Amino acid sequence: MKTPVNAPAEHRTERADPERVESPKRTGGTRKKARETGRITAVLLALASAALGLLVWVVLANSGIEGFPGPVVVARRAGELIADGTLFEDAGASLKRVLIGYVLGVVLAVPVGFVMGWYPVVRRLIEPWLQFFRMVPPLAIIPLAIVLMGIDETPKIFVIFLASFLSSVVSTFQGVVAVDVTLVNAARVLGARDPQVFLGVVVPASTPFILVGMRIGLGASWATVVAAELIAAQGGLGFRMQQAQLYYDLPTIFVQLIAIGAIGLAMDRLLLVAERRLTHWQERR
Amino acid sequence: MPTIQFHDVTRDFAVKDGDFLALDRVNLDIQDGEFVTVVGPSGCGKSTLMNIAAGLLDATDGEVTVDGVPVHGPAPERGVIFQQYALFPWMTVTANVEYGLKVAGVKKAERRRRAREVIELVGLTDFADSLPKTLSGGMKQRCAIARAYAVDPKVLLMDEPFGALDSLTRVRMQESLLDTWGRDRRTVMFITHDVDEAVFLANRVVVMAARPGRIHTVIPVTLPYPRTEEQRLSPGFAELRAQVWHAVHHQPAPLEGMVS
Repeated sequence: MKTPVNAPAEHRTERADPERVESPKRTGGTRKKARETGRITAVLLALASAALGLLVWVVLANSGIEGFPGPVVVARRAGELIADGTLFEDAGASLKRVLIGYVLGVVLAVPVGFVMGWYPVVRRLIEPWLQFFRMVPPLAIIPLAIVLMGIDETPKIFVIFLASFLSSVVSTFQGVVAVDVTLVNAARVLGARDPQVFLGVVVPASTPFILVGMRIGLGASWATVVAAELIAAQGGLGFRMQQAQLYYDLPTIFVQLIAIGAIGLAMDRLLLVAERRLTHWQERR
Repeated sequence: MPTIQFHDVTRDFAVKDGDFLALDRVNLDIQDGEFVTVVGPSGCGKSTLMNIAAGLLDATDGEVTVDGVPVHGPAPERGVIFQQYALFPWMTVTANVEYGLKVAGVKKAERRRRAREVIELVGLTDFADSLPKTLSGGMKQRCAIARAYAVDPKVLLMDEPFGALDSLTRVRMQESLLDTWGRDRRTVMFITHDVDEAVFLANRVVVMAARPGRIHTVIPVTLPYPRTEEQRLSPGFAELRAQVWHAVHHQPAPLEGMVS
């Protein structure tokens, strides 16, 4: 059992990494250059996109819509809100609600999703209710939640929890259901028992689905918190916007909108990076 | 005593309008150290037969024994190689190969040692730390073979393992499989739909017929091992191939009253 079998020629011709076959110097150089050009193009396009957006804004602001603020006015207002601390206070209040509700939702969704995926009986019992509540927008629960839980933080965190739980649980159990049966069989013929198959195969094989669900859940949670604050809150980005609406303060509304978009985008990118890291083993396209 | 014995193995599947008899009382003995290939048209139940031997599927009637012990569920004594490789994509080659030892509770140092040995056996040493996505089809299947070998199974059950490979890679894989097999003469049951492959590898070619799935004929391959390229191109090989070809392509008509 010492000598390799035929140390096959296939190794040389079938290499997945062409750098090992061709002259690494030349190939490496041209490829590096190509990559740099690609990056520069990407940056230029991003800048062009930003400039185009600003232009559209300026055009809209000057088109005569009553009270529509331009970028300069909004930037000045943003400076004021940052200087007196309200912007960070509001963003902090919104983020805190989102994170508590979101984390609670995901923490419950993952085990529930696994159990649903693993035991068909449980799935049949729970899934109709999940699908039903998914069709009810979390915001529609707010009036009920306020009546039952009062007007402090609890009802807001509860609806965010609901939003993140519902989107994460569905993708988790679908991930478990979609696990390739030959992988499960491969583990079983190697002697793996059910708990080993579950922890060693089902959990890692379904992580890509779970992470997608977590991203969707985060988006849903963020949308929900802002809307919930519009209805009932004493702080937060949505609350500030609602106040500004009462005083016809359009620049403040714009600042809040931009902050909501930017924070949401940042959180999504963060999860995207985590997703790429955790599922780098996947074959893409 | 034969290593694998099929006793009146019958399997039917419920289909829309009644029952589909995938296997009808199949009897087959595979001797210790024998390389048996099973070939037949699609729907002849060859994969079903293998899955029953692997313990991944139950027989409706009859039983399979390995060294006289009836098969109930999968076990590491029966190594299985799947057509789709079935490597764990999140594990490196080494981790894949070690998996069977890990679930058996083998200590880490011993696992490493054994994995290194079988990875060398299939010629993947340079790729021991690579993820499956970076390997070609042939290399993935080598890794799957190493994974099966790692737990030192009594028999190897191979379900069209080279079916997804291009013909050049396929020939190389056949040669290297025979080379490996020649060292320890492990009992092999190898499913294929390729007549050439069936003859080149086997001590005996089992030709199956469909509707119902059953053994049509068994053709012994008299060519000596080690099998070489000259043998593949020899008149004796051509004759055997013609015989198997005939048995596969000119089969008795389906029995009456069978759901198709």
